Amino acid sequence: MSHEAVNPVPVKHKYFTPGVFILIIIALNGLVFLMGRFFFGLGAVTNLNNQYPWGLWIGVDVAAGVALAAGGFTTAALGHIMHKDEYHAIVRPALLTAMLGYTFVAFGVFVDIGRWYFIWHPLIMWNGNSALFEVGICVMIYMTVLYIEFLPIVTERFIGKVNLPGFLSGLNKFIDKVLRLLDRGLSKTIFIFIIAGVVLSTLHQSSLGTLMVIAGPKMHPLWQTPVLPLLFLLSAVAVGFPMVIFESLIASRSLGLKPEMHILSKLGSMMAPLLGIYLAFKIGDMFIRETFVYLTEFNTASVMFTIELLFGVIIPLRMLLSPKVLKSPLYLFIASALIVFGVLLNRINNFVVAYTPPYSTESYFPSFGEISVTVGFVAILVLAYRFIVLNFPVISLPGKQTAPQSKYTVRGIK
Amino acid sequence: MSGKSRRDFLKSTALIGAGVTGLSSTAKAGPKNILSEDRMGVLVDTTVCIGCRNCEWACKDAHNLPAGNLDSYEDRKVLEKKRRPDHTALTVVNEYSPGKNSNLPIDVKVQCMHCDHPACVSACIVGAFEKHENGTVTWDTDMCIGCRYCMAACPFQVPAFEYEKALNPMIMKCDFCFDRTKEGKLPACVSICPVEALTYGSRNDLVKIARDRIKRNPDRYIDHLFGEYEVGGTSWMYLANKDFAELEFPKLGKNAAPGVSESIQHGIFAYFVPPVSLYALLGGIMWLSKRRKELDEEVK
Repeated sequence: MSHEAVNPVPVKHKYFTPGVFILIIIALNGLVFLMGRFFFGLGAVTNLNNQYPWGLWIGVDVAAGVALAAGGFTTAALGHIMHKDEYHAIVRPALLTAMLGYTFVAFGVFVDIGRWYFIWHPLIMWNGNSALFEVGICVMIYMTVLYIEFLPIVTERFIGKVNLPGFLSGLNKFIDKVLRLLDRGLSKTIFIFIIAGVVLSTLHQSSLGTLMVIAGPKMHPLWQTPVLPLLFLLSAVAVGFPMVIFESLIASRSLGLKPEMHILSKLGSMMAPLLGIYLAFKIGDMFIRETFVYLTEFNTASVMFTIELLFGVIIPLRMLLSPKVLKSPLYLFIASALIVFGVLLNRINNFVVAYTPPYSTESYFPSFGEISVTVGFVAILVLAYRFIVLNFPVISLPGKQTAPQSKYTVRGIK
Repeated sequence: MSGKSRRDFLKSTALIGAGVTGLSSTAKAGPKNILSEDRMGVLVDTTVCIGCRNCEWACKDAHNLPAGNLDSYEDRKVLEKKRRPDHTALTVVNEYSPGKNSNLPIDVKVQCMHCDHPACVSACIVGAFEKHENGTVTWDTDMCIGCRYCMAACPFQVPAFEYEKALNPMIMKCDFCFDRTKEGKLPACVSICPVEALTYGSRNDLVKIARDRIKRNPDRYIDHLFGEYEVGGTSWMYLANKDFAELEFPKLGKNAAPGVSESIQHGIFAYFVPPVSLYALLGGIMWLSKRRKELDEEVK
């Protein structure tokens, strides 16, 4: 079976466009509120209180952030562990999304915890009973693994091209040597990290679901279930490829590249079964616990649950069953975006909407400051993604086989 | 060449497995959660409480919180609004309409229940909460990272957080006067209570006393000792002459709050066997799919 040559190169495109300037303004606005949080405390910027200890930052920046970065481990499993080489072109962009995604999850945690300067405590203070401890440790290790997996892209970019200016030029040879050494070492050991990345992902994606189990009756029965960890894992696996497609189509639009439909359509055809499994478990759980009775009530919980399931799962699932959708960039984009939206909403629902404290006097809605910080983080993430794909060999240009295919997508994996 | 890399692969997989299992044996099983037979508790008889709020003053005084003048607590207007413990008051008294066979309002003191199987102890990411031998659940400021998972976990919505502090915000909750009881003194609230609505003693004795009171005065109490079985039992227990739901007590089952999440957690991490097996399985798949591809290429 022949497959197309994978040839990732830095994309040639200008960095600044009107859209980029808008993103910079959104990012700066977020940073202003972020400063408020650090100078005046969480209460000054957020609507959090003793009734609602967790809000938008945990629901979106952390929980949804981890879920939407799942493309990293699902494509690694597909491309490297199952050796489906035809997907290698999307492994690097997915890896970059995961790396940036997890970095921002870490920022999100750093900003949300009251004593940010103690963020390292879980490294030495262990509580094996705590689901949060498990999530924290796994995310820390996985983030390190993602950075290691990204290193070959850095070495590939700079080997033979180290050119420091002025008096630093004496170091050029040395740095080049170090990079080559690193590259050789990584190409022999990278498979250890790739497998570890998948194992760590399955662990913390599910443990993220265990988090709210301990809240017990404080969580609305439409979401509170002992199979939450399984639902979180299945939805993370289901959202991995849609996120890759979503981001790949936006990137090709923005950078003026031809969308890689031959790969994306094939990825898309795998999405329906994955989403179907998730839906089956979600509906099955609903019927076993007979929680569908809560859907007859008309309130925020029932409406949000219906939107989540209908627009986030059922409609895109139906769309993906049609071959026409898989072949059309627009329809594939809409289906993927709906799934991404569904998982995002699911995490918000689980951590914010479903949470009903016994003594609540008012309901929680995120403050302008909280929304600003979250949106600002997303803007910075997009800006960083754009900077990296313009300067590092991440995106493969279809049909442009300029260099011999000597390097692997991730070194050491043939 | 490929044979060598395969051997390397197996070697490193085995090494990682050994490393991870080695780790598990050194890992401590989280913070202590001692359930001593002699653990202490408090029996709150809401039919006796007169709502004088002296306990609120004594609590603040004992914990170096701004307490004000004891006389100012006579103002009963405060009781018109329902309050919750927070960073300014670790215990508060709320007032409710009279129950059966009585025309006196019911006053309910609220504070940390000091669960036998505390959700906060189980949840805390760094193990900053601890259940002590005398029943007290304490929080350690030197460990806490301020993640507020204890607040999300607590079935009684008790831990409070200092949202207005930029540096060193505290988790504030009743500490059962741990420092006082260590010296043999009574908890501040119990010691000041003028009508003996609060009884401090061994939890096992308190259950007997409470059951006895219910049996002797069936007209005075409903047959429910709140905290005897709720979330696996609490150190603080309540008697009342009205359904506890009407006194805004949460409706809770008999199962310990952290039970389900801990069994899931320990299931996933049973001696690290599931993660290590998954690692081995994925390694096997990777090796097989690589071999299959090499064979394919040889055929070509």
